[in-house]
Amino acid sequence: MKNIKKVLLLGSGALKIGQAGEFDYSGNQAIKAMKEEKIEIILVNPNIATIQTDKGMASRIYFLPVTPYFVEKIIEKERPDGILLSFGGQTALNCGVELYKKGILSKYKIKVLGTPVETIINTEDRDLFVKKLDEIGIKTPVGIATKNTEDALAAAEKIGYPVMIRSAFALGGMGSGMAKNKRDLKNLLIKAFSYSNQILIEKYLGGWKEIEYEVVRDEFDNCITVCNMENFDPLGIHTGESIVIAPSQTLTNSEYHKLREIAIKTIRHLGIIGECNIQYALNPENEDYRVIEVNARLSRSSALASKATGYPLAFIAAKLAIGKALPDLKNNITKSTSAFFEPALDYVVVKIPRWDLKKFKNVSKYLGSEMKSVGEVMSIGRSFEEVIQKAIRMLDINMNGFICNTIKFKDIEHELKNPTDMRIYAIAQAFDENKSIDWIYEKTMIDKWFLYKLKNIHNMKKSLKDNTIDSLLEAKKMGFSDTQIAIIKDTTTKKIRELRCKHGITPYVKQIDTLAGEFPAKTNYLYLTYHGTEHDIIFNNKETPSVIILGSGPYRIGSSVEFDWCCVTTAKAVKKMKHETIMINCNPETVSTDYDECDRLYFEELSFERVQDIYELENPKGIILSMGGQIPNNLALECHMNGLNILGTDPLNIDRAEDRNKFSSLLDNKGIMQPEWRELTSTDQIRKFAKKVDYPLLIRPSYVLSGAAMNIVNSEKEMERFMKEAIRINPKHPVVISKFIQNAKEIEFDAVARNGKIIIYAISEHVENAGIHSGDATMVFPAPRLYWETQRKIRRISESIAESLNITGPFNIQFIAKDNEVMVIECNLRASRSFPFVSKVLNHNLIELATKAILGIKVKKVGIDINFLDHVGIKASQFSFSRLKGADPLPSVEMASTGEVGCFGEDVFEALIKSVISTGMKLPEKNILISVSEDKNLYKLLDGTKMLKEMGYTIYTTAHTRDFFNKHHLKTTLLHKIREKKTPSVIDYMLKKKLDLIISIPKDNRTAKNDDDNVAIRQMAVTLSIPQITNTQLANMFIKAISKKKMEDLKIKSWDEYTIKS
Amino acid sequence: MTTHNTKADLILEDGSIFSGISFGSQTPKSGEVVFNTGMVGYPESLTDPSYKGQILVLTYPLIGNYGIPSQTKDKHNIMEHFESEKIHIQGLIINDYSEKHSHWNAEKSLSDWLIEHNIPAISGIDTRALTKKLREKGTMLGKIKIKDKETEFYNPDKINLVEKVSCKEIIRYGNSKTKIVLIDCGVKHNIIRCFLKRDIQIIRVPWDFDPQDLKEDFDAVFISNGPGDPAQCKSTIKNLKNLIKSDKNIPIFGICLGNQLLALASGTKTYKLKYGHRSQNQPCTDLKTNRSYITSQNHGFAINEKYLGKEWEVWFKNINDGTVEGIRHKKRPIISVQFHPEANCGPTDTEYIFDDFIKMIEDAGK
Repeated sequence: MKNIKKVLLLGSGALKIGQAGEFDYSGNQAIKAMKEEKIEIILVNPNIATIQTDKGMASRIYFLPVTPYFVEKIIEKERPDGILLSFGGQTALNCGVELYKKGILSKYKIKVLGTPVETIINTEDRDLFVKKLDEIGIKTPVGIATKNTEDALAAAEKIGYPVMIRSAFALGGMGSGMAKNKRDLKNLLIKAFSYSNQILIEKYLGGWKEIEYEVVRDEFDNCITVCNMENFDPLGIHTGESIVIAPSQTLTNSEYHKLREIAIKTIRHLGIIGECNIQYALNPENEDYRVIEVNARLSRSSALASKATGYPLAFIAAKLAIGKALPDLKNNITKSTSAFFEPALDYVVVKIPRWDLKKFKNVSKYLGSEMKSVGEVMSIGRSFEEVIQKAIRMLDINMNGFICNTIKFKDIEHELKNPTDMRIYAIAQAFDENKSIDWIYEKTMIDKWFLYKLKNIHNMKKSLKDNTIDSLLEAKKMGFSDTQIAIIKDTTTKKIRELRCKHGITPYVKQIDTLAGEFPAKTNYLYLTYHGTEHDIIFNNKETPSVIILGSGPYRIGSSVEFDWCCVTTAKAVKKMKHETIMINCNPETVSTDYDECDRLYFEELSFERVQDIYELENPKGIILSMGGQIPNNLALECHMNGLNILGTDPLNIDRAEDRNKFSSLLDNKGIMQPEWRELTSTDQIRKFAKKVDYPLLIRPSYVLSGAAMNIVNSEKEMERFMKEAIRINPKHPVVISKFIQNAKEIEFDAVARNGKIIIYAISEHVENAGIHSGDATMVFPAPRLYWETQRKIRRISESIAESLNITGPFNIQFIAKDNEVMVIECNLRASRSFPFVSKVLNHNLIELATKAILGIKVKKVGIDINFLDHVGIKASQFSFSRLKGADPLPSVEMASTGEVGCFGEDVFEALIKSVISTGMKLPEKNILISVSEDKNLYKLLDGTKMLKEMGYTIYTTAHTRDFFNKHHLKTTLLHKIREKKTPSVIDYMLKKKLDLIISIPKDNRTAKNDDDNVAIRQMAVTLSIPQITNTQLANMFIKAISKKKMEDLKIKSWDEYTIKS
Repeated sequence: MTTHNTKADLILEDGSIFSGISFGSQTPKSGEVVFNTGMVGYPESLTDPSYKGQILVLTYPLIGNYGIPSQTKDKHNIMEHFESEKIHIQGLIINDYSEKHSHWNAEKSLSDWLIEHNIPAISGIDTRALTKKLREKGTMLGKIKIKDKETEFYNPDKINLVEKVSCKEIIRYGNSKTKIVLIDCGVKHNIIRCFLKRDIQIIRVPWDFDPQDLKEDFDAVFISNGPGDPAQCKSTIKNLKNLIKSDKNIPIFGICLGNQLLALASGTKTYKLKYGHRSQNQPCTDLKTNRSYITSQNHGFAINEKYLGKEWEVWFKNINDGTVEGIRHKKRPIISVQFHPEANCGPTDTEYIFDDFIKMIEDAGK
């Protein structure tokens, strides 16, 4: 394709459940592939915390929503020759299909590179898909595509319950589910039809094996399958929610190659060019199969397959999209063999999803056909026992492995039959209770092969007890950690380590080379195993010093792609400083686990044991652990105590910031204000404290990242109820209670220091008042509304803290400000979530500077006068409430968002509109519902509501709100709440899609009874995808923004157009 | 469940020792040590006669997962689930043995099956380290020592293995009109199945049988896969020479060893590869169409392109190392491939070659 010179790449936007960091990886690889071909690439992606939106990647980056409106504007401006739709998840694919249907692509003569849009439509439209596969005699589940509830119910009757429902054009199985009866089905349909106008009713194939293949095809019809994968959990649980193993374990040659042949036949028939994924159901009692679906794009599974095999699927898919032939491309691992081959693995890989369901009250913990998980880990080893235990620890959920955990289930039969994120531990308990494999199989339908292997792990406990020395190597081969063995032997982890090292029991380093050793490979993609007798690599301590960088582990609420950005940026900076980089991480959705981002990649546990293993082998200059968020940060003290060299801020000083008492006395010594707090161990003590400072109080456990079990209590009653939850979380640690300051501003201070002196800093401000977790708040940088005096105080306090802790590297302090008083609420001596955002707004890479400082290189203080910035950035949060049935979609002190976007504007209003649209909001056209519980908030919204009326919006209100506005001479239209049982009702209007926006402000006291209706309205809005705002400050800013800016006022400007001045 | 705890060693001719646990028969055996990188298909591989005389190392670390299927036969009296009647390898070397298997089709465990066939096997070996050694130093002789029981090294290349695995008398399969004489050098059952399902009658003859001696008409000749050095099969090569020379224009098709024998009959030479191709992921290109395929392979020898006669051309090449993967006669319906279009185990991408060959037979008969 010689005429392709400029290509538009659509990114996936904010991370959300079902569509996460894997698309940073795929987009990043696509850009690399295009650059190699000297093709100019234009990227649209509002996800500012990604590597793909870094400088030096795409030629131009637009931090704008991936919607047809904005993409068309960009096309009009940039006039690309081609467009890539398959690297940005469902968001990019759907946007591309719309652009195609609207004729925009043909209008501007843009070629869709890779899989043609017709093919995409054929795979996405269930009816067409089934028809296409019928043409070549390939079996799909018996299903009927329906367009309304009536037809759907009739279809279910015809097929017979239980049935499976799926919506067309939806990501991660959204709007799908299993219905046992008519009532279930009716409920599911309401939601399903809100996502899609086409719903497929299928026969439910529960208990069948679920198998996937990743297929690659070029336009010359060369076609291969790169990897297959088998789900540990049988069909019925979404593959994104399943434990997955690669390659398949329980398939014979006949089954494996039969499904492979069908995959290739199907993909050829559909005409896919590039990469895709095909999912099967396989009958566990014969070879019968069904093709469940084909994803004609890079997916979570393809990212996993890429990491599992070392085959760079996204990179190759991008090359094929511009017309390259697969046999002409090289295998990047061997450099000598061809990319036209199918990797042979000499190891196994297990993926386990990471859930954060406990963060959401009322959310069902049961797993099914919809995704709820927020991240995943992958482990590599040479036996199933080894990989499953490693993977469980990687999840960072306080589990020591398959066994040796403290969790206890009351009703294990129920646990096994009704899968939750904890089911695997219920299997361990079933073994404890001497339940047979057959008994467990009947309840779970998990293939017995997996159960036998788990039983092996369980049996090892007895062997270890009886004969420790002889069993030690076997136990390590089964993935036991030193801590697990220590628990069994009732001794310390350290003693077990000493014992095994004395007996020469240490892990070996093996390479991932795609060809099972058949050809020599100089790969730096590594893992550790106890199934070995030699290392694949040589550890020579040559002149170049090496640095270990600890990654961020699985994505979860509170730690996501932004920390991966920090780690990758660090690796690049370390490399620039002529050091060798060694990355340790275990998250397959990341760029940091791309083996070409560092000199050596250990796809390994971020546990102290494993870090020490690697440290002792590599003998590096030191470890950087301040970039990957809280997991590596928590290892600081232990590393230090065991003689591992930590680069950057002294671990003892990290502890002084992490330990609340130590930090508090430091602040007191320096005369820095902080909200009054106590560390208390009983409710009585809290009552006394409350008498002194009065409610509201903020309650939280220590040493957490995203505010797990943190809450505000407004009364003694609330406090008592809540204490149970908080204490259960960390029984060893007392609870921290502090005075919650109302109506205060919250401010983020991100900075880099060297030897206690600040080199660069950024002050940003939350739109919402304090009380919303900083990870959920809307953030503005530079801070537009802070007094000069406040800013000066913040800077001086920060300087003082940096000096006291002798900080070298990145750090973040959270402040609250009220009436020109400034108080410190938190300090982290590590990179924070907002580093990529402020770095990109400032056009100065804070992490690069931090890395230099950490390596001991002199860095000059960066003087930026933010008064001269002609733009402002807004970081807005992406929530995934639509995935979390039962949750009250309301941000609070507990972080709930799964991702974020960052957009630029000439003022806050422009930036705000762009950023909220990027998180999926549509600007209201006509009707707005306002429902506010308390008069103090109604006062604040009075002017804004008037403004909306003046702008021509029809304002609907609920009774209390209507009465209040009436009193203030503002006429609005009443809609009845549910409990009023009168028409016209809010619910009617919502169901009829008559409301374009809902502003629903709850009482500060969340437990109040009369809020139930509002909760229902908010939940219904999520179900029906109606935009809503639940915070007064944000509502007011939004109203101002839409009064000042119309869609056509929003500038289509790229990052460089904002930051580079002529 | 049998617990395996008997220690066993694999000793290579260079003196290196790999120690593990025995999970097969307790009889020590020796042979040529080769590795295969396929991830599925151990029942098929172990019964593939091409492995005669070899100790097989499987690089895929988890083996035995789905057990061993039943020994039932189909209506043509062919084993349904295996590639021959028995296990042909001398020994099996793996990393992690699944003591318990799980599959609807399984009848027994791999361990029981190996013991039944008196084949030793070792688990707990760093098969990656072993594979790398074989890759770097080339295929080596080895012997399996169990407890104190040992045996001598033996070089299977020095003897005629084909003679041992070939049928002893003529066997017929099917009764269709089109007849193919199949020269059995150690034929995999799936080759026979591939012809039968295309409605072909097979007359399976011993390796040294001259098809022209057959007292009936036939439409084509097929030369099968088989073990060892092709140069050992002198009579087969002689018979093939005569067949090619004859003016009957008989279609001929060879697979694997059959490809090498046809090449030798055509006058070119073969050579031993350093460590052979044994895997299910070998990429090959059809030089005429430029289309590429993933193939299943199991061979230690290859055709030397340099000595290929003028009337012959290279048909397929290996994308990775450029070795010849198939040849064909420029004018006559004679084709052969080094890989296994019948697969089992392995990918089925090139099964179409059977169709092409049958088309050739039809064309030749016109």
